[in-house]
Amino acid sequence: MKNLFKSNAVIMLVFSAVVLTAPIWLDPIGANYPDLLQKFAIFGLFAIGYNILFGLTGYLSFGHAAFLGVGSYTAVWCLKLFTMNVFLGVILATIISGIFALAIGFISLRRSGIYFSILTLAFAQMAYSLAYSVLTPITNGETGLQIAADDPRYLDSMLGITQQSEGIPSTHFFGFDIKSMDGYFGFYFAAVVLIIGFYISLKIFRSPFGLKLRAIKSNQTRMTYTGFNTKPYLLAAFVISGMYAGLAGSIMVAIDPLAGAERMQWTASGEVVLMTILGGVGTLIGPLVGAAVIKYLENIFSALNNSELTNIFSWLPEAIQTATVYIVEPFVGKGWHLTLGSAFMLVVIFLPGGIMEGFDRVKNLFGFGKKKSSSEGEAK
Amino acid sequence: MDAILIQILNGLDKGAAYALIALGLTLAFGTLGIVNFAHGALFMLGAFCAVVFSKILTISVKIKDESVTLFDAYKEQPYLEIWFGDFGAAIVDWAVPLSLLFVIPVMILIGIVMERGLIKHFYKRTHAEQILVTFGLAIVIQEIIKHFFGANPIPTPAPDIVSGSAAVGAFFGLSDNLVYPWWRLIYIIFSAIIIFAVFAFLKFTTFGMVVRAGMADRETVGLLGINIQKRFTIVFAIAALVAGLAGAMYAPILPPDYYMGMDFLVLSFVVVVVGGMGSLGGAVFAGFLLGILQSFASMNEIKSIIPGIDQIIIYLVAIVVLLVRPRGLLGREGVFED
Repeated sequence: MKNLFKSNAVIMLVFSAVVLTAPIWLDPIGANYPDLLQKFAIFGLFAIGYNILFGLTGYLSFGHAAFLGVGSYTAVWCLKLFTMNVFLGVILATIISGIFALAIGFISLRRSGIYFSILTLAFAQMAYSLAYSVLTPITNGETGLQIAADDPRYLDSMLGITQQSEGIPSTHFFGFDIKSMDGYFGFYFAAVVLIIGFYISLKIFRSPFGLKLRAIKSNQTRMTYTGFNTKPYLLAAFVISGMYAGLAGSIMVAIDPLAGAERMQWTASGEVVLMTILGGVGTLIGPLVGAAVIKYLENIFSALNNSELTNIFSWLPEAIQTATVYIVEPFVGKGWHLTLGSAFMLVVIFLPGGIMEGFDRVKNLFGFGKKKSSSEGEAK
Repeated sequence: MDAILIQILNGLDKGAAYALIALGLTLAFGTLGIVNFAHGALFMLGAFCAVVFSKILTISVKIKDESVTLFDAYKEQPYLEIWFGDFGAAIVDWAVPLSLLFVIPVMILIGIVMERGLIKHFYKRTHAEQILVTFGLAIVIQEIIKHFFGANPIPTPAPDIVSGSAAVGAFFGLSDNLVYPWWRLIYIIFSAIIIFAVFAFLKFTTFGMVVRAGMADRETVGLLGINIQKRFTIVFAIAALVAGLAGAMYAPILPPDYYMGMDFLVLSFVVVVVGGMGSLGGAVFAGFLLGILQSFASMNEIKSIIPGIDQIIIYLVAIVVLLVRPRGLLGREGVFED
C-alpha cells in the first residue's frame, strides 16, 4: 500500500480522481455547489504554491496576496484588451506575477527571518495602497476593475470573433463558456489547473531542488558553509510561489471577471498563511486540505444565525438551549472570524503540523502505518 | 513656514502613537524575544477601555425635558449629573482622561494574563510560530470587541475645555493663523511623558537595571540567581499598559473601531524594524521620524511632484533602511539575527 504511493503516477491518478469526483463525494456534507467548489480549487492552488515557499524553505511571507492581486488585474486587462478566451489571461497573469515576485523577492530575500516577513509585508501594503490611490487608472480604485461590453478586445476583433449577444460578454475557454453546465465547467476548469499545479508541486517536492530548499530550512548556515549559494534557490522558490498566487488570481477572474484591491490586503495574505498552517506546513496535500476546510467552514458558519441555532439545539432543555445559543452565537454568522481565529490559535498551540499531523497522530494511535514516514508528505 | 510647522506637529502627533506602540513591541522583543502581532489589539483594547469607561459614566435615566412645553419630551440624563450636579457633569465631560485610571489596572491584568496564559509557552518556539499564534489572538480579540461593540467607530469626545484649538503660532510669536487642536498637543506631551517614564524606569530603578541586564544577556542574569522570568512578565504587562494608554488617549483623535489595531500594528512593526529590533531608543526615534515623514509626504505640494507618495512613504523608507542598514537605524548587534 505504502509503496504504491511512492509512485508519482499513482498519486496523481488518485488525486485527480478525488478532485474530479469532488461534486459527488462532497454532496452529502452539502458542499456540492459550483461556487464553493471553485473556491476550494482556487484557494487550494494558492495555498499549494505558498507552501512551496513557506513549507519548504521556512520563509514566512506576509505579502503573497499582492501577487494574487497582480494576477487578477493582469487577467482582467487581458479580457479587456485582447480576448475573452481566458487562456491568454491565465498565461500572462502567471508570467507577470512571476516578474513581480522576481523583483520583490530579489530585494526581500536579502534578509531573513522576521525581517523578511516585514519586508514582504511592506511591499504588499505598498501595492495595496497604490492600487487604491495612484494606480486608479489601471486598477479602477475602490470600484474594482471590471470588463465592459465596449472594451476593444483587439485579438477577438482581429480573428473576426464577434460578440454573440448584447451586454457584457462571458468568459470562455476555447469556445466553452466558463459559466456553462450551471457553473460546473468553471469548477472543472479550476480543478484541472489545480491538478496541474499539484503535479508541479509534487515534482518540486521530490526533486533535488526541493531537497535543497528543505536543507536551507533546516540549516541555512551549514548550506552556506559547504560553499552552496542559497540565494538563487530561495529566489526560485519565491518566484514559483508568486506565480502560483498569480495563477490562482487569474482563475478567480476567469470565473468571475472582476478584480479589487482588497484582494491584496495583508489580511488576505494572512488567510493563505492560515490555510497552509491549518492544513499542515510542508506537507504536499495539507495546504489544499486547509484551504478547503477554511472555505467550507466559512460557508457553513457564516450562514448560520440565531433562529437556526435555536433549531439545531432544540433537542436540549429550554434553559440549556438558550444558554448554548447565547454562547455559540458570537462564533457564527458575522462572527465567523472568531471561530477562525480561535481554531487557528488552537492549531498553532497544540498541533503545529496542522490537520495532516492530526491524521498522522490518529493513525499512529490506532496502530496504522507503523511509524511516521521518513520524509514529510511521502505517506500521503 | 506655517504649513511646515503644522506638518511637523501633525507628524509628532502621528509619530507619538507609532512610538508608543513600537516602544511596547520593542520591550516585548528585547526582553521576552517575542514577536507580538497582537500588540495592535492591545492598543485597540486601550481605546475601548476609554469607551467602556465613558459608557459607564454616562449610564443614564430617562427624565422629562422641562424646557419643551408643547409636548411631552424626554431626555437622557446621566445618574452622575443627577447625584452630583455640576461636579457629576464635569466627571462625565472628563471621561477620557479619567479613564486612564481604569486603563491602568485593566491593561496590566490583560498583559499578565496574556503572558502567563499564552506567550509563556512560545518562548522556545520559532518566530514564525509566535507571529502566527499572536496573529490568531489578534483576530480573536478583534472579533470579541466587534461582537460587543459593533463594527462602527464609536465617537469618544475629549473634554469640552480642550476640544478647541490652541493658538500655537501666537504663543511662539509667529503667525496667528497657526492653530492646532488642543487634544493633539496634549497627546504629544502625554506620549513624551510616558516615553520618559519608561526610560527612567528602566534606567534608574534596580528593577530596570535587572531588566536591561536581562535584555543584554538573559542566561548570565539567570545564573546569578535572579528570577528573570518573573520580571519579564512584568515587563510584558508594562508593554501592554503603554499600548493601552496610547490607545485610550487616542480615542478622541480617532473614534475607536475594532479594526484600528491592525492598521497601527503593521505601521508599528515597520517602525520597530526601521528603528532597530530590540532598541528602545530606536523605536521612539523611528516612530517620530516616520510620523513626520508621513505628514510631510501628505502635503499637496509634495503629492503633486510624486503622486501617491503619502501612501507608501513609510514602507519605502523601511525597505531602503533595511537594505542599507540591516539592523535598523539604532539596532544592536546580535539581536534577532538568524
